[in-house]
Amino acid sequence: MANDKKRVHENNLTLIRSLITKHKKHDHIFAGVGMFIIISLTITLLVLFLDLVFDGYPRFNLDFLTNFPSRRATAAGILSAWIGSALVLIVTFFAAVPLGIAAGVYLEEYAKKNWFSDLIEINVTNLAGVPSIIYGLLALGLFVYSFGLGQTILTAGLTLALLMLPIVIVATREAIRAIPIHIREAAYAVGATKWQVSLHHVIQYSYGGILTGVIIGMARAIGETAPIITIGALTFIAFLPPSPVGLEPPFINFEWLEAGFTVLPIQMFNWISRPQMAFHINAAATGAIIILLTLLMNGLAIKIRYNIRKKIKW
Amino acid sequence: MVDKKRKHSKEIIKAEANSLNFSYADGTQALKKISLPVYENKITALIGPSGCGKSTFLRCFNRMHDLYPGNKYDGEIILHPDNTNILDKRVDPIEVRMRISMVFQKPNPFPKSIYENVAYGLRVRGEKNKRVLDDKVEEALKGASLWDEVKKRLHDLAFNLSGGQQQRLCIARALATDPEIMLFDEPTSALDPIATMNIEELMAGLKEKLSILIVTHNMQQAARISDYTAYMYLGELVEHDETDRVFTNPSKKETEDYITGKFG
Repeated sequence: MANDKKRVHENNLTLIRSLITKHKKHDHIFAGVGMFIIISLTITLLVLFLDLVFDGYPRFNLDFLTNFPSRRATAAGILSAWIGSALVLIVTFFAAVPLGIAAGVYLEEYAKKNWFSDLIEINVTNLAGVPSIIYGLLALGLFVYSFGLGQTILTAGLTLALLMLPIVIVATREAIRAIPIHIREAAYAVGATKWQVSLHHVIQYSYGGILTGVIIGMARAIGETAPIITIGALTFIAFLPPSPVGLEPPFINFEWLEAGFTVLPIQMFNWISRPQMAFHINAAATGAIIILLTLLMNGLAIKIRYNIRKKIKW
Repeated sequence: MVDKKRKHSKEIIKAEANSLNFSYADGTQALKKISLPVYENKITALIGPSGCGKSTFLRCFNRMHDLYPGNKYDGEIILHPDNTNILDKRVDPIEVRMRISMVFQKPNPFPKSIYENVAYGLRVRGEKNKRVLDDKVEEALKGASLWDEVKKRLHDLAFNLSGGQQQRLCIARALATDPEIMLFDEPTSALDPIATMNIEELMAGLKEKLSILIVTHNMQQAARISDYTAYMYLGELVEHDETDRVFTNPSKKETEDYITGKFG
């Protein structure tokens, strides 16, 4: 009798253990496949990046950053391109960020939930996936011709802002939704209005997520080429736009908004389409710089998110 | 169903619900014809099994349900002495929430400093004078028996406090604006026995200044702290009377079954 009981017990134990081994197999397989994919992706990116770095190596010096493009490849630099990129991104930032945050807050806090808001939601989400050249065409019709803004930094900045807007809106909404409902109720319970709740709580607690979205959006905008070509950016520019800040009053001017310009990816595109090998070195160096900037911006986004998650935990 | 109001004539009525019905957006009727007085400077406890509508009832008093579209009130809650029907569409819910404050089930401090948490209700009212704010914050923290524990670190993040301290901070926040009624929605259900005891003692002191309506799933708590107890079941008010009477000599069989643990 006692022996029987012992045997049943042992059988059960063997059964459970073999079951666990079997189930664990799935863990190991999934972890292995995941690891393989991650590593191959990382290596691919790394190889691409290193390839550009090695190709462009001869151009990594200060002259490359401070020279205008030139007919002689070795004397050519990306001065007008990186300044153009920076100025365009400034316009993009100031157009897309306030508008995107406001839209996100409106949709989450104010808009009534009905079929119309659903429609807007689907639209906004889809806009993030629209090919960028479509935005270029839209901008060409709207900003360049209808509004008569011309082929300027302002137009390019606004075009990239269109591109970035859905990213900011979606990031804002997701960050807002992560705020627990009991925090929101606590604010309303002391008599706050919607505006006060949005300003004192919603935006403050979600700015980590919003900022992440903004930086990722900017990182996307910095590498965009198609829409900027569509609106007719110049490819060879040997001058700088008027400086936004001056030494004499009023210190700040806005003439630069109306200047012609080029940006980093267009400069790269221009060089790579030349037959001379020497220019391809320049293109590689520019590409490495663009990737580096993108990586830096994404790294910053991750760092910010990490810091804020450490501070605010619900 | 309710024995039409045994009058407690010695008490002053601070607020009273009159045949209050409430339905959620999905159509479920959560409250059915509830009539209940809240007496001034008394603690009224709402007890009953989960889902009986006691929290729903409580949240009518500060129009919390207005935050979610589709919820419907029917009937009235009259706030005395000005006879305002706080459920009236013409009465702004913000006005109601400025007069009637609330402490929630789970401590829910803002991710801000201890000071800012308590001062928030005053900031919402536009108070900018630093001295007034300082005084009010100190007074409220003292009222919530938290001052001695936090006076040296008022500008620390509220999240660094323990659960019981956080809940007392939330009480201070609700107290800082001098409300007429304070609503407590199972305020101790997430706390350990010692923190619970602190808060119960606190409430006993608070009723000197204001009226309290508390939802609790803990019958001993209702018996310990409240002056009046209302037993609710399936959205209806079964019995409302002095706490002593409800717990020793309830007039309804259902109440007795619930209190003695035969049911619920």
